[in-house]
Amino acid sequence: MRSSGNGLWTAGWLVALYAVLIVLPHLVSFSQKEILVFLMINVLLVVSYRLLTLTGEWSLGHVVIMGVGAYASALCAKAVGLPVPLAMLMGAVVAALVAFALSFPLFRMKGFYFLIGSFAAGEIIRLLWKRFREPFGGPKGLKLLPSFPDIQIGEVTVAFFDPVNYYYLCLIVVSVSLLILYRLERSRVGLVFHAVHWQDKLAEAVGVNTWRYRTLAFVTASFFAGLAGALLAHYLTTINPNRFDVEQMVFVLIWVIVGGTATFYGPILGVVVLTVINEVILRHMGIDQARPLIYGAILIATMMFLPNGLESLVPKARAVFARRAPIKGPAEAD
Amino acid sequence: MLELLLQTVVNAVYAASFMALIAVGLVLIFGVMGVINFAHGELYMLGAYTVVYLYADQQLSFYFAVAVGLVFVGLVGVGMERTLFRPMRGNPLGGLIMSIGLLLILQALIVMGFGVRMEHISPPYQVPIALFGIEGVMIPAQRLILIVAAVVLLGGLWIFLRRSRLGWAMRACAQDAEAAALQGISLNQTARLAMCIGAALAGVAGALTAPLVRTFPYMGHSVIVAAFIVIIVGGIGSLEGAIVASILYAFVHTFVTTFVDGVVADIVGLVLMMLVLVIRPTGLFGTKDRA
Repeated sequence: MRSSGNGLWTAGWLVALYAVLIVLPHLVSFSQKEILVFLMINVLLVVSYRLLTLTGEWSLGHVVIMGVGAYASALCAKAVGLPVPLAMLMGAVVAALVAFALSFPLFRMKGFYFLIGSFAAGEIIRLLWKRFREPFGGPKGLKLLPSFPDIQIGEVTVAFFDPVNYYYLCLIVVSVSLLILYRLERSRVGLVFHAVHWQDKLAEAVGVNTWRYRTLAFVTASFFAGLAGALLAHYLTTINPNRFDVEQMVFVLIWVIVGGTATFYGPILGVVVLTVINEVILRHMGIDQARPLIYGAILIATMMFLPNGLESLVPKARAVFARRAPIKGPAEAD
Repeated sequence: MLELLLQTVVNAVYAASFMALIAVGLVLIFGVMGVINFAHGELYMLGAYTVVYLYADQQLSFYFAVAVGLVFVGLVGVGMERTLFRPMRGNPLGGLIMSIGLLLILQALIVMGFGVRMEHISPPYQVPIALFGIEGVMIPAQRLILIVAAVVLLGGLWIFLRRSRLGWAMRACAQDAEAAALQGISLNQTARLAMCIGAALAGVAGALTAPLVRTFPYMGHSVIVAAFIVIIVGGIGSLEGAIVASILYAFVHTFVTTFVDGVVADIVGLVLMMLVLVIRPTGLFGTKDRA
């Protein structure tokens, strides 16, 4: 009885959420429509990053892996001539393969050494893009990439240079990806990820190959980061090495830390709240130069006063609501 | 060819002195506090901007500006220890994230105060000095000052750490903070001192190189990458390792830059770091796994 009641609640929330997500792009200005596209892509990026942190490793190379997906998809579409949707998938696959290759040196390291090692590996890849004009285009990157092909539905042509339509495309791709990532975490494999993080010696002692599971998390996270990169590349139709530099990585870290990593929704909360603060409030106030300052201050304040991130406020908010509402049974306990 | 070779050696010695000033501070901070200071490049940038402000804008003496840079950045370091790193003690990732937050703040403050454009200062000494009596092998006097300063400051630090009680206390904290605290050494005091010295070294490096490089708010980035390579290769937490690795890295980087190109030199440096991380994570001089 309890589970069916819970399921109904969750389904209701999801329907409401998607109703908002579908209507939202029609209520905002043109530049905000573009921001919604980037926000969707960034949601996939931070959720895939969280999968990596589940096994206890913090990487500084995730944005470069996203770039690998972007470059691979761009080259597949432009140089090889694959149709864009297939090229995007190839981009994700290449990102996963690169991550698999990197896992051999990187998983000899742990903790801080992994952090620095992933940073070095990412910078090497980025400098290779810069150094080799063929095929990566050097510091200026790749331009005039083919965009996502129009879709003909009966009489209506859906053109994807329109940010609203591209937003819907991203919404579908990201929703499917999040569903896969969510199911993965709730599966037996996901439980092992947690075990590898908190009790790696014990996990090894009961026969878990921790190396294999850490690699699995890294490769899967990289696949979806690569997919996010491919979505970005064919929206912008131009990419360059600086789009995937350490500054972008710092923003991913801030989103994830401000949101929190204990729950699936934590990083999403972080990226959504900070993007809204950044794009709506700060842009409105017209203090462009001070924006990194406020980001930095928010990061420090979070570490000091809210070490478990915004997600730690959610149960408290629920408790407040539960106290106000008359007794409804154990529906909110999940 | 010989001239070019000798000139490259001279350039490498300069680069090594510069790297050592940055890396030794970073290692000192890590050794005593267990924090990787990601904002170290920004402390270097602050030192450079002290000179931009006092020497180029206010027309004050260059040495006065450098001295102010040293003291000011040292004090910024003390402030960082008190406000950012002390609440995060025992949480190495926390300290690192705090320093990333500070990095963004310092960059934004400088952008707001000075703008994003690059500042170019004319050096107080323009005369190049010919070395070894060869016309083609030159060192600008400005670079010579930095080499001398690095030798004097790092030599002084070495004597301080070996010969004074405070220096002993700092090394004790680096070896085992708990045991040091049990002996009555104040962890807060040694941490403050380490942060002050480490920051001041970065500040003085920035102040002395301000007339030699183009100063801009994001100048710390390339420096921090190089400094990470150096401290990993040298063995994180080892001062001697940091100095030896500075020399090694500076020579490799300068020679590859001169004879191949700059991007390849950066790649070679990063590959060197990856190799050390894979084969010998404790570095050339590190003794035990600290992180």
